[in-house]
Amino acid sequence: MKRIYLDHASSMPVDPRVLEFAKPYLTKKMGNPSSLHSVGLGAKQAVEDARKKITKFINAENEKSIIFTGSATEANNLAIRGTALRNIARGKTVTASAIEHISVLNSMKNLQKNGFIFNVIPVDSTGIVDPGKLDSLMTKNTVVTSIMYANNEIGTIEPIKKISEIVHDKGIYLHVDATAAAGRIPVDVQNDGIDLLTFSSNDLYGPQGAGALYIKPGVKLQPVLLGGGQERGLRSGTENIFAIAGMGEAAGIIQNEMTQESNRLKKIRNKLIDEILQIDETYLTGHPTKRLPHHASFRFSHIEGESILLNMDMYNIQIATGSACSSKTLEPSHVLLAIGLKHEEAHGSMVITLGRSNTLEEIPLITKAVTETVQRLRKLSPLYQKGGD
Amino acid sequence: MAGVGYSKKVMEHFMNPRNVGVIENPDGYGKVGNPICGDVMEIFIKVKDDIITDIKFRTFGCGSAIATSSMVTELTKGMHVDEAMKITRNDVADELDGLPPQKMHCSNLAADALHDAIKDYKNKKRSKILEVE
Repeated sequence: MKRIYLDHASSMPVDPRVLEFAKPYLTKKMGNPSSLHSVGLGAKQAVEDARKKITKFINAENEKSIIFTGSATEANNLAIRGTALRNIARGKTVTASAIEHISVLNSMKNLQKNGFIFNVIPVDSTGIVDPGKLDSLMTKNTVVTSIMYANNEIGTIEPIKKISEIVHDKGIYLHVDATAAAGRIPVDVQNDGIDLLTFSSNDLYGPQGAGALYIKPGVKLQPVLLGGGQERGLRSGTENIFAIAGMGEAAGIIQNEMTQESNRLKKIRNKLIDEILQIDETYLTGHPTKRLPHHASFRFSHIEGESILLNMDMYNIQIATGSACSSKTLEPSHVLLAIGLKHEEAHGSMVITLGRSNTLEEIPLITKAVTETVQRLRKLSPLYQKGGD
Repeated sequence: MAGVGYSKKVMEHFMNPRNVGVIENPDGYGKVGNPICGDVMEIFIKVKDDIITDIKFRTFGCGSAIATSSMVTELTKGMHVDEAMKITRNDVADELDGLPPQKMHCSNLAADALHDAIKDYKNKKRSKILEVE
């Protein structure tokens, strides 16, 4: 059975062109950018070239505004804890939407344990941040607000430009986690009015092990990791030049191909949504139109997500779920609860994120596998009484 | 293939569960869990001379919830009800070559559902005897 991989939000393959470009930095072009000899200078050049490409990718003011980290999680930690702790004189309140990534929420909760007030901004049933609540939950003591560009579990794209206006009216820093959005839709930090932006290498078909944080010129923050003072002192630790060089190259390629690839994936995605919604008691989660072009997410009544995932894997099709049983905490997805789903509804979720390997020809195979999976699990389920047989 | 750390036996029972379904007018019925927690199991038994002659289940839940339900029915079909009462959650997990630690509690309720079904059978039997007397 041919593999059909539909979980690109979890992990993506490295673009072969990127691998070809970055491979020498693992072998003969290795080197520590901090070394002053020629090999070290070569490594430093690789990092600076990548920084240039990343600057262009998000239309940052200048190269100095890009800090490389080891992951998006690390960039989120640096953005939130770094800004809050450095600007403590401005106040001790932080805010975030209820559907942020766990690395954002846990960074905020960590501040809360250390005397900060943490306000959570609710979203509507499609996952859009409530602008009125955003406005009322930010006070003059708020230092930083974190709203993601688009959500990884339900695909909803937030109105960042409008949010930026509200946040900036109050003189607060806006951090945007664009890990799910970057590479899928255009992100322009100057046009969108973003102070801090997180994104990762692997989500651009780059190697794992690199992330980046954009810091608008003038925004002050303190480091989270201390050491040799790399990355303008904001991220100590020897640079992962293979991953960083790869990230730069990946960003350049994905930017050039984005429009075409997004249109291609949107076609597949729309067809998939149409087909899967034919199954009864099946619902789309997230926003029907304001959603990432590669993203389709559903919930099925009366069945549980981990079972869906395992059953789909038997068809060699890989999907994701926000089910409690697939998580370490045994809690259902906080995103699905935030859009108002009941616990029992949140258990039966399925997330599909398409990528370059997917084709229109796969649609009938996927639809068949989903239909049979749902049928089989419902037949097993005591909750599915009506017309169960 | 998939996992969250499931044994081959768990996956085999998940894919080919034994004794799925409903028994009309069962001699005993047990139901445990709730949809909010993400696991609901129900077990139906037919009993003759205190021997479980038929057993069926339906389960809403994750891979281990389905596999443990299937295993319990396989283990206890043809068993004396008093013996079946002694089957524990750990026995079920052992028979499946183990379960991941986070699954031991919430998704391993099948033995409880079986015990409820047997208690239900015993209660019914007692009330029948009372009726006769």
